[in-house]
Amino acid sequence: MLKEVFKRPQKGSIFRESIFKEIEDLGINSIGIVAFISFFVGGVVVIQTALNLDNPITPKYLIGYASRESLILEFSPTLISIILAGKVGSYITSSIGTMRVTEQIDALEVMGINSLNYLVLPKIIANVFFYPFVIIISIWLGIFGGWVAGNLTGLVSSADYIMGIRSEFEPFHLVYSMIKTSVFAFVIATIPAYQGFYVKGGAIEVGNASTRAVVWTSIVIIVLNYFLTQMLLGK
Amino acid sequence: MIEVRNLNKEFDGVQVLKGIDATFENGKTSLVIGTSGSGKTVFLKCLLGLIQPEKGDIIYDGQIYNEMSGDEKRDLKKDIGMVFQGSALFDSSTVEENVMFPLKMFTDQSYEEKIERVNFVLDRVNLENANKKFPAELSGGMQKRVAIARAIVMNPKYLFCDEPNSGLDPKTSTVIDNLIQEITKEYNITTIINSHDMNSVMEIGEKIILLKHGVKEWEGTNDEVFKTDNESLVDFVYSSNLFKKVREAQLKQDNSGS
Repeated sequence: MLKEVFKRPQKGSIFRESIFKEIEDLGINSIGIVAFISFFVGGVVVIQTALNLDNPITPKYLIGYASRESLILEFSPTLISIILAGKVGSYITSSIGTMRVTEQIDALEVMGINSLNYLVLPKIIANVFFYPFVIIISIWLGIFGGWVAGNLTGLVSSADYIMGIRSEFEPFHLVYSMIKTSVFAFVIATIPAYQGFYVKGGAIEVGNASTRAVVWTSIVIIVLNYFLTQMLLGK
Repeated sequence: MIEVRNLNKEFDGVQVLKGIDATFENGKTSLVIGTSGSGKTVFLKCLLGLIQPEKGDIIYDGQIYNEMSGDEKRDLKKDIGMVFQGSALFDSSTVEENVMFPLKMFTDQSYEEKIERVNFVLDRVNLENANKKFPAELSGGMQKRVAIARAIVMNPKYLFCDEPNSGLDPKTSTVIDNLIQEITKEYNITTIINSHDMNSVMEIGEKIILLKHGVKEWEGTNDEVFKTDNESLVDFVYSSNLFKKVREAQLKQDNSGS
């Protein structure tokens, strides 16, 4: 499958058009849900961290520091990717699967179009290059949500929280987060595309394929998360 | 012209096509008929290269399909138009975008040239003022006409139709049949239609091939259909009550005459 996907696109202008359409469908249309979840989870992370760091000699700025690290290292790249595996993965499988069962993919093939390349490559490129921006937005909003929650609850002062956010920042953690995001973005585009492209039957089979795609994408993300973390952060 | 030699195809050990030979000439409408499961769709998909046959050759104007390079196959497919049973229109695109798609993909025409061509073919299939509609907003007959417009927009040399009348009322079926025949004559296209509609056989079947259990049982013209004593064809034709009654009336008339 991947050999056909990565062939040279038949027409550059159509390919560029498809990439922008996929960026809109898969990326921009996901920003709303990502922003909403990130803001509130950022708030919850701060509240829980503050409630657990209740020793009077523990400096309060650690709440900001711990929240930042958990958002950059794990919450935004991994949890948001699993959420996107559900939202975007099911969309990819059902759209391609419906095209398969209604013979639209056969129509493309009869015209002499490499349907895998035409349908899947723009999705992979849109995902791999746009998701890092979505995750950066998620990290930023998570940190902002934490700041709002800290102020509203009075568990951490604005000055302490900002001090924690700025202290001992390790740039490689952000690089690690972006590498993970790009790998997960590739998985989110390919596994559902595969499930949709090779579906046989009708509406029920497309539904089953969507479920299978989300389950397998989530499993692969979790397993890859372990190995990538070991490879990139392990000593 | 399309020639088929000794075409064989099996699925999971079941032989679906058994040594089919056929010739389809330019400017003629050929019908492949047979009951459901007779192998018509597999036959058509083999001709289109969507299914790889185990044995046999498909020859497009002297060129054997299986011996063509990838580029040659792609070039050949630009000369092929296909009308699918369910129309297979891109459902998130408008009528105009559907018909324009092959032009966008394979030509360097300006937008004005493309839209002129799109309007011409939509006009040709008697579908005006539907450019901005989505397939879901159209009736079955209109969807078939859009599919025909998309199939002919690149001026194909070969036109394939898989049960173009399925799900249509008799009047619309006749309109679609006549349209396909007119286009075939007008552009000297090699047209192959899969059908089990006897009206189509009588209206436009210049050449008819009957498939039964993957075997070519009979070949002839629509005039010869009612004169044949081939049992399989007689069974197929007179399985329709209407034709059965017509035949009984004809026999009664013949008997009273003699």
